[in-house]
Amino acid sequence: MEFAELIKTPRADNVVLHRPFHPAVEGTLCLTGHHLIFSSRRRDNAEELWLLHSNIDSIEKRFVGSLGTIVIKCKDLRIIQLDIPGMEECLNIASSIEALSTLDSVTLMYPFFYRPMFEVLEDGWSSFLLEQEFEHLSSVTNEWRLSCVNKDFSVCPSYPPVVIVPKSVDDEALRKVALFRYGGRFPVLSYYHKKNGMAMLRSSQPLTGTNGRRCKEDEKLINATLRSGRRGFVIDTRPLNVAQQARAKGGGFEQEVHYPQWRRIHKYIERFHILQESFIKLVEACNDQSHNMDRWLSKLEASNWLTHIKELLTAACLAAQCIDREGASVLVHGSEGTDSTLQVTSLAQIILDPRCRTIRGFEALVVREWLQAGHPFQQRCAQSAYSNSKQKWEAPVFLLFLECVWQIHRQFPCSFEFNEHFLILLFEHAYASQFGTFLGNNESERAKLKLPQKTMSLWSWVNRPEELSRFQNPIYEANSLVIWPSVAPQSLQLWEGIFLRWNRPSRFLEEAEEERINIIKYNKELQAKVNVLRRQLAEMETDGEVQEEE
Amino acid sequence: SPAVLLLQVENVKLLDRYASRKAASGTLYLTATHLIYVDASAEVRKETWILHHHISSVEKLPLTTAGYPLLIHCKNFHVAHFVIGQERDCHDVFTSLLKLSQPVKPEELYAFSYNPKMSKESREMGWKLIDLKLDYQRMGIPNDCWEITDINKDYEVCSTYPPEIVVPRAATKAVVMGSSRFRSRGRIPVLSYLYKENNAALCRCSQPLAGFSARCLEDEQMLQAIREANPGCPFMYVVDTRPKLNAMANRAAGKGYENEDNYENIRFKFIGIENIHVMRSSLQKLLEVCEMKSPSMSDFLTGLENSGWLRHIKAVMDAGVFLAKAVREERASVLVHCSDGWDRTAQVCSLASLLLDPFYRTFKGFMVLIEKEWIAMGHKFSHRCGHLDGDPKEVSPVFTQFVECVWQLMQQFPCSFEFSERFLLEIHDHVYSCQFGNFLGTCHRDREELRIFEKTHSLWPFLLQRKQELRNPLYRGFTAYKELQPNTLPFSFQ
Repeated sequence: MEFAELIKTPRADNVVLHRPFHPAVEGTLCLTGHHLIFSSRRRDNAEELWLLHSNIDSIEKRFVGSLGTIVIKCKDLRIIQLDIPGMEECLNIASSIEALSTLDSVTLMYPFFYRPMFEVLEDGWSSFLLEQEFEHLSSVTNEWRLSCVNKDFSVCPSYPPVVIVPKSVDDEALRKVALFRYGGRFPVLSYYHKKNGMAMLRSSQPLTGTNGRRCKEDEKLINATLRSGRRGFVIDTRPLNVAQQARAKGGGFEQEVHYPQWRRIHKYIERFHILQESFIKLVEACNDQSHNMDRWLSKLEASNWLTHIKELLTAACLAAQCIDREGASVLVHGSEGTDSTLQVTSLAQIILDPRCRTIRGFEALVVREWLQAGHPFQQRCAQSAYSNSKQKWEAPVFLLFLECVWQIHRQFPCSFEFNEHFLILLFEHAYASQFGTFLGNNESERAKLKLPQKTMSLWSWVNRPEELSRFQNPIYEANSLVIWPSVAPQSLQLWEGIFLRWNRPSRFLEEAEEERINIIKYNKELQAKVNVLRRQLAEMETDGEVQEEE
Repeated sequence: SPAVLLLQVENVKLLDRYASRKAASGTLYLTATHLIYVDASAEVRKETWILHHHISSVEKLPLTTAGYPLLIHCKNFHVAHFVIGQERDCHDVFTSLLKLSQPVKPEELYAFSYNPKMSKESREMGWKLIDLKLDYQRMGIPNDCWEITDINKDYEVCSTYPPEIVVPRAATKAVVMGSSRFRSRGRIPVLSYLYKENNAALCRCSQPLAGFSARCLEDEQMLQAIREANPGCPFMYVVDTRPKLNAMANRAAGKGYENEDNYENIRFKFIGIENIHVMRSSLQKLLEVCEMKSPSMSDFLTGLENSGWLRHIKAVMDAGVFLAKAVREERASVLVHCSDGWDRTAQVCSLASLLLDPFYRTFKGFMVLIEKEWIAMGHKFSHRCGHLDGDPKEVSPVFTQFVECVWQLMQQFPCSFEFSERFLLEIHDHVYSCQFGNFLGTCHRDREELRIFEKTHSLWPFLLQRKQELRNPLYRGFTAYKELQPNTLPFSFQ
């Protein structure tokens, strides 16, 4: 298909762009296969706006006489308005945008066309291989092994080709366990707590059904992670009654009789479609500027967004507590094991593992616990908060995870190597990107699409020193401790950087950030000067001593 | 060291709200001025000091297995939960604290016994640190239109105003005296801030005794003089910060608001900030929300909304923004009042000055602002903060709200204040502590009678000494930001 067929009016002049907190600008609008480009050549204020079609969540058009207006709502939550003279031009442009922003074939997406203008120093597609992670693990324990049982994705279509499992369990047993777990997602290692040798596993629900089916290999697999005489915890992200109802559909939960060494805790985390509704309500509330204080607070409350944040953080703290405080191994799952499960396991690692609070470590976490673990990004991030389509698989699951990281970041501002912008960047790229990283729903799909060969990885770009410097937290000081966030309502705040950034002027906050960076830089310079002077002083003292001796 | 030890109790636990397992255990001491708790279980000696003046309530809770609990709420929102081993001890502490935390006579206040070992000269210098005349000079006053007059030196114009006030030059003594008879408690229109760039002035007063039809020629002339002192604008605003309904109800009592027909070229406007009683109960509700045991997010947000606290903060901020805009953009002078002109009027005038003039965002400037708009103009700190055992209906967090508004501005403009949040907290603590003379009494005359300038210390030099720890490291200097134009959409408030 040629994109040109979809673009009847590739260019319009005298278009006026409106954005909140910016004066309106007049300029030229151009449409290409993947971008909407607005440029104004005003001598005093030349500017260009490039918008990926895939970033467009919804568009509305209306007419006053022959002046058409298009309101574009983006997946990154920004809203812009274009006034386009000429009814036909406006209609053409609107229908082009509509078509180009909803292409149904992945291979037509921009990452397949994007040619980077930078030199690739390190190919991000091979930056975070599980083999490297395993090597790291092998240096502290030999209880685990790499299994290639899923190398052709036949055992579990949503798992990567290699996984880490207990050494004592062979591939044959894994195949049997896969048949006993929803979608073949057998328990695999998510995190190993070096401090006490406890493990966090994740999986999907067991297929016990109504007649209480059991699987010896499954029991053996998870028991292999227990120290003798110690208990483990199963954290089920569904309430008990939902888990019970799941049995009627062939699903179920670990029953005490068959798993006597495990204690089951039900820690409810909302299902993804509920989260999507909550997301839509919150964004609606944030965009309505006519609210008075009471209305705003009640809308914020009614969206339930912060409730989800609180629940999620509570569940992650619980998992981390079981491992670090109780010295127990933990198995986390919900139904499919691709959403709430990953939220809990990845957040628990942020709390427990200082490595995950570095830039590289956080990237590795996103790759391992989200991309390789088979979170269906393409489905979940197909649309954002403005979509009218009521697709039931869209949900801000990843955004909620990022916001929880932000909440912890706020409470421990010195313990993270990256800043808020890094989290916002990941949010944006998960929804629309020139990079192939977040395309596809799992590793199997990514392999079929040949993403590593045909597209550029986000990590190839972001890990270049020039880019990286923008995402560094100036006040970072490595903290090797476990960090326990407060989950009290007073401690949680709305993430302004995501939800209000287009609705408030940001100049003063940016200046504060600049000032912070300057102070740190100045401090480093002074520190360097002190060191030089100290050295000189020491030299002079030894010289003096030598002279005295002479 | 605290002079007299009144009571010493061993085996007292201090519960930590956040880590219930780690209750400290130690000794509790009561002195004439403080409750002191020394944690014996900690590796490093840890002391908790609570000033008696800070205590707003002491409560005995039902007996638990650990002992007799005593819950102390402080005016600076500190909550201490002690558990005492013996009932007898608990009762002694309780009754002593009740007495100590509610002084009856002003002489009992801490400021009169506080002795930081400072020479008489430095103490007197301390009181001269803030000179309001210098601030008027900074605005260019006296000038052709405005003068500083000592017409109130014997408190004949107004007993709650300072001896020196700033009024239009055109207002004769007769006009001033006449106007004072027409304004509630004689609080005539005086200058609060002059915006030098365009001569628009911010003035303040109390409500007129207009009733349903009364008028006063001198008062009308007074307003005319204010308007004419700003030739750049043909009209002036008269802003009543009360809700319209409240103002109308006041008319029945012979008070009320200005009739636009009687005053030449005024634009009258209500702003709708609630009265001290609404604010007091709002704070009470807010504190209850904050003290809920493990509330859900929904409980918390609903509670926050129902308390109305942020709604009131927004109302005060909106009013400040309106005044600043009128002065800066419309070049109009504004006369502000509420009922008596010492609560809401103080809030919004000081906020508007802070928005208009970067000087007030420095250490020295903020001190001047508080001395000028709050202390000198007779905000009744003693009553509003409940310094002495008195009418609980007079207590209200009016100053707390102002401090919060400033804090909200700091969140939006992190580089525009010389001082940090800690400076605000220090001031807020000392408004209640009665350790310094500044906030004692209700007005200048009151403070003169209490002889605070001879007998007590001023807070400001003590704070200036600690400038290093109270400064805002992000401050970009005096010239970086001129006027502030905050966003007052609901979500801009934290």
